[in-house]
Amino acid sequence: MTASPTTLGALQGVAAAFTDAGQTSTGEAVLFWVLAPLMVLGALGLLLARRAIYGAMGIVFVMISLAVLYIAQEAPFLGVVQVVVYTGAIMMLFLFVLMLVGVDASDSLTETLRGQRWVGVIFGVGLAAVLIAAVTRVTYPAPTGLAVPNADSNPVGVARIIFGDFIFAFEVVGVLLITAAVGALVLTHRQRLTRRIGQKERSDSRVARLGQGEHLAPLPAPGVFARTNAMDVPALDPYGEPIGRSVSRVLRVRGQEREFEEFAAGLDDEEGGGTVGVPLPPAGAPGETTGPTTTITTGRGSEVQP
Amino acid sequence: MSALLSSSQLGPVPLGPVQLGAVQAAQSGVTADFSQDHVGIWILKAVAILVFLLTTVLLAIWFERKVVARMQLRPGPNVHGPFGLLQSLADAMKLLLKEDITVKAADKFIYLLAPMISVFCALLTFAVIPFGPNVNIFGVSTPLQLTDMPVAVLYILGVTAIGVYGIVLGGWSSGSTYPLLGAVRSTAQVISYELAMGLSLVSVFIMAGSMSTSQIVDSQTQIWWALPLLPAFVIYVISMIGETNRLPFDLPEAEGELVSGFMTEYSSMKFAWFFLAEYINMVNVSAIATTLFFGGWRAPWPISAINDGMFNEGWWPVLWFLVKMWGFMFLFVWVRGTLLRLRYDQFMKFGWKVLIPAALVWVVSVAVVQGVRQFTDITLQTLLIALGVLVVIAIGISFLVPEKDRTGPRVHGGTVPPGEFDAFAAGYPVPPLPGQTLPPSPRRQRVTAAAPVGAAPEVTDTETEVERG
Repeated sequence: MTASPTTLGALQGVAAAFTDAGQTSTGEAVLFWVLAPLMVLGALGLLLARRAIYGAMGIVFVMISLAVLYIAQEAPFLGVVQVVVYTGAIMMLFLFVLMLVGVDASDSLTETLRGQRWVGVIFGVGLAAVLIAAVTRVTYPAPTGLAVPNADSNPVGVARIIFGDFIFAFEVVGVLLITAAVGALVLTHRQRLTRRIGQKERSDSRVARLGQGEHLAPLPAPGVFARTNAMDVPALDPYGEPIGRSVSRVLRVRGQEREFEEFAAGLDDEEGGGTVGVPLPPAGAPGETTGPTTTITTGRGSEVQP
Repeated sequence: MSALLSSSQLGPVPLGPVQLGAVQAAQSGVTADFSQDHVGIWILKAVAILVFLLTTVLLAIWFERKVVARMQLRPGPNVHGPFGLLQSLADAMKLLLKEDITVKAADKFIYLLAPMISVFCALLTFAVIPFGPNVNIFGVSTPLQLTDMPVAVLYILGVTAIGVYGIVLGGWSSGSTYPLLGAVRSTAQVISYELAMGLSLVSVFIMAGSMSTSQIVDSQTQIWWALPLLPAFVIYVISMIGETNRLPFDLPEAEGELVSGFMTEYSSMKFAWFFLAEYINMVNVSAIATTLFFGGWRAPWPISAINDGMFNEGWWPVLWFLVKMWGFMFLFVWVRGTLLRLRYDQFMKFGWKVLIPAALVWVVSVAVVQGVRQFTDITLQTLLIALGVLVVIAIGISFLVPEKDRTGPRVHGGTVPPGEFDAFAAGYPVPPLPGQTLPPSPRRQRVTAAAPVGAAPEVTDTETEVERG
């Protein structure tokens, strides 16, 4: 941890100030001293983590710990809402975006804004100076606790403040958020230029193209278990002809479909047709496989092999 | 099981003394009386909840398999133990002893962390669920509830929201396509359905005047909220099925599309944790539905009237609570046995365009009614009559609005003139739509032409065939 001794000293001072006023119980102090260093580590994780997900997890950890501290300080409503809103909704959206960006995306280190690093460092140092100055010099009045505002339970107290003293600010924030949401909707809205093609239209067009090689029923399964136990052998139609579509499109594109001729030749052999071809493998002993023993064309990849 | 226990014992314990202390300081707004509790009682209750949840999961798996089997006219598990009761125990043992495979592409740390988050958060919910009123445990009068706080139901929503991280991170860290898709789906699903769920709960908060579970149960002494708040209850039941990723909303693990979604790459104990979390979550949402809408531990009406409420005291309420909770568990299984999985876009459309607006409208109307009752002298009766009149007027006006004409038969986007109908026009035989008539069968003409005399029975046969379509 690279936190400077002054920061730690300041934190110690804060904790001591509360303890001296007699308002902080031992349990709360222990909780603070366990959680605070971990939270600092989590916050540093956001800065230093190479992968974006670890950064996000760092924030999640800090948020939850913060909520625990709120609850310990008699503000259960704030703590729980912090978890529901920030951890449950907002960070979840961040994660959503991170996952959509890519499974393995790590930050690009090329800077698009020139000199932003130095500006950032200057502002960071300035902020740190202000914070340290404020934390070390400020004098605290004796803490009064939340017993009076929490008299009718904490949510009621919060409601009185929000919907009583700060109702105007609350409404303004609400209007702002709704404006933002509507603005996002308007900016991302796309005018539909063509007719929407839904499931109904698709099925209609398939029926219309029925004569031109379109089929309504699901594709036939490959000839698995009919004569072989491989996926790459096409099924047979009632006339004994191979159905090419029954083999997976992926196998067909890769050229891994098994040649039907060799297979058909074996069929004819069995039925006494007399066509010269690859004979069917002999039946194995019980418990032994009689899988294909012929060379299978497995596409371009197989050519390099001996 | 030892690994499982040691991890899950973390459940309510870290929240123990510190948080409970805070809760007791803010005890106003909570009906249950925890004043006599001490550490021993806390530990006892926490362990009891843990044992309860784990055994309930074992039982729930057996229950689900058995009930679904009965619905599909087969016996279900019936080999191990009486009625196959030990089947899920055997399955759990098998999972424990299986080889634990860690995928090479996985992000090791998060891959291990994800199932832990899932189980851990699933275990937290029951800390605030009331099983019953105050009873005597070792001479201490204490409610059958680990803890309660003025924001208990929000706390439940919070830990559920964190539990989703288990699913999302599990899917991401597997380093594989199907789990990632499952995780992305689950994120979208939870965000959409949690909104509707939260809104449906708000009307209960408004009516009960509290978010503490014990006080909500207490407010249902007269009437269970499921009756006056029926729309909210229906919305909650739908969204609770969506939250737990169960059929018909099990898109994150749709086995036909995504193998098994976010847990595809998990095996052995880590898979078992996800499995455990899923079933505990089922129990959780059932318990919440019971507490918020079905009167919690209160006895159903005819029983509650017996002997001056004798069955609402002591240990009896645990029975009512469990009966109601298992009723919801049965509902889960019933829905699973009945409904098909939704398509993804249908599912999203349903959540955003039906559930959330409906929940919003309902919350606003409940708030308005409560506000009018609170700030004016109008009695509930007058208010309800006024509302009834309003609804009748609205329905009357809706009759005056001309309906959209959706009756015209449409084929390929165009309208077919009524009367003419060619069954093979599109190259595929289809029955006539309303307004169209089938042309006389060519076969019938052939039959009458070939045998004009003495072929009457055959003609009638074809006639009925044509009529039948």
